[in-house]
Amino acid sequence: MMKEKFTTLISTAVLLPIENIDTDQIIPARFLKATTREGFGNNLFRDWRYDAEGNPKSDFVLNNSRYTGKILVAGKNFGCGSSREHAAWALYDYGFRAVISSFFADIFKNNALNNALLPIQVSDSFLQKIFNALERDNAMPLIIDLENQFVMLRGDKEPFEINAYKKTCLINAYNDIDYLLSLREEIKAFDLVN
Amino acid sequence: MLFIDRHFIHEVTSPQAFDGLRKRGIGVFNTKRTTATADHNVPTKDQHLPIKEALSRQQVETLRKNCAEFGIDLYDLGHPFQGIVHIIGPELGLTLPGMTVVCGDSHTSTHGAFGNIAFGIGTSEVEQVLATQCVLQYKPKTMRIEVNGPLDKGVTAKDIILYIISKASASGATGYFVEYAGTTIESLSMEARMTICNMSIEMGARGGLIAPDQTTFDYIKGRKFAPQGEAFDAAVAKWKTLQTDSDAVYDRVAKFDAADIAPMITYGTNPGMGIKITDRIPTTKELREISEHASFNKSLEYMGLEEGTALLGKAIDYVFIGSCTNARIEDLREVARLVQGKTKAPEVNVWVVPGSKQVEAQARKEGLDKIFEAVGFELRSPGCSACLGMNEDKVPAGKYCISTSNRNFEGRQGPQARTFLASPLSAAAAAITGRVTDVRELI
Repeated sequence: MMKEKFTTLISTAVLLPIENIDTDQIIPARFLKATTREGFGNNLFRDWRYDAEGNPKSDFVLNNSRYTGKILVAGKNFGCGSSREHAAWALYDYGFRAVISSFFADIFKNNALNNALLPIQVSDSFLQKIFNALERDNAMPLIIDLENQFVMLRGDKEPFEINAYKKTCLINAYNDIDYLLSLREEIKAFDLVN
Repeated sequence: MLFIDRHFIHEVTSPQAFDGLRKRGIGVFNTKRTTATADHNVPTKDQHLPIKEALSRQQVETLRKNCAEFGIDLYDLGHPFQGIVHIIGPELGLTLPGMTVVCGDSHTSTHGAFGNIAFGIGTSEVEQVLATQCVLQYKPKTMRIEVNGPLDKGVTAKDIILYIISKASASGATGYFVEYAGTTIESLSMEARMTICNMSIEMGARGGLIAPDQTTFDYIKGRKFAPQGEAFDAAVAKWKTLQTDSDAVYDRVAKFDAADIAPMITYGTNPGMGIKITDRIPTTKELREISEHASFNKSLEYMGLEEGTALLGKAIDYVFIGSCTNARIEDLREVARLVQGKTKAPEVNVWVVPGSKQVEAQARKEGLDKIFEAVGFELRSPGCSACLGMNEDKVPAGKYCISTSNRNFEGRQGPQARTFLASPLSAAAAAITGRVTDVRELI
């Protein structure tokens, strides 16, 4: 289910300088019981965001009004653990359109790309630069240019890699499934002899 | 583009995929290649009664409705084949060497123990497989992990994989598929091999596999959906060719000596944070990178532990023996052998959750249920249970649980629950003493 076309994104960012953030933190298992894709944003980072009584924890970044925006910047190995696509849905539903980290877990990366959420892998040093700069100035926007494959922090351009096919899908809001369905007859022929 | 030979589905990651098919007005591409079961949020008590929790009940009912509408075989609650999806696939002979296997669950790597390309997928990909029997994938890099030599007593497959992950870190194999090899791996039973492949994802590898051999063929022979008679012999001849070429080149190779492996335990909040059960928790000074400090300290704070201290003797509150990592019959036999004639520590709650109805039936047939009962362990009904706490089986906030499952993430076993991952033997030893214990002292 592709949502909207992704071209350029200019936004402030939310900082989460923690490594190995697993998908159980992004959306705990007890909130996976819905049978639709919507509404998971309410429980994004649930146990870091709210205490046991459901009150917002003031020390968590999503409860800090200084940091808002459509870009999440997180420590390395973001999205490890469970394959739950609900993690990508929750981030998207909350309003994020891109996640920047120095390393992503594979399944999360695929899930994000399948949901118009752009995972951008940058160098450790560039990631640190973003953390440092935005801790000083939370209003500083980041510019993400998917067509030309770079992230810009002030004048500092960091290129990023993305699979050419996935890039085309994001820019045009295409789905893998549309492509696969166009090959259904060929796949049927293969299935018969295997 | 990969054609998928075997697709498993469960109640949590499939409903949105079926909705997608409905919206497009298309059916399932080949219903014979998909098998469903209810496991993630099912209760492990009174499974014959309607599920009490409304949302869980709705998810299981949605699975029922979808399987009926689209014509997919479902091993529902109460069916003699129901169980954790990664346990029933192999035990029914649905998982066979040389297949491509996917499921909307990261522990699909388990099926790699049969020499398969098996990996977890997201729900969008579940929809793609239902609609076209194919997924689009990047070609992964290859890694060979060799373990050689005999294992010490009390050291099991779980300790091997926790040891490997502690060396590799929670992201050390991201982007790779891992082949496990070496004399130690070859000497393991199929169930032990599944434990190893199961946790590949905990170091970031989507898939982990082991070349099929006589152990594999003997395990498969006679299983419900496996080829029978002459067809089986023909299949074995084909499966025998599924060995890595002797001159194969890997992107990375790592070798370990089985003699260096001891019973393992994790102290932190990712599975890479593991130590020998007799070791101390590392100090921040001993960490590889300064960037790890914040996460390490956060982790220890969550766990209520101090750097540089020992875990041996630490009092525990819960013991969970179960999950797709360690809930097969051999796991239950090992636990029963260790605890027979002993009594559990009075203050500890012990849940033994079999991986499937077949495992449960076999355990009862062998009288393991009686042994557990005498010790004070509770043998429950099959499901994922306290591995991820989607059902009622949650560890209370602040309590310590020694668990045979695969993840010690914050809140994994319940909000604020604290998890120590270990082998079934180490978990059973802790159930008896009420403390983190070196099982070698009880053998």
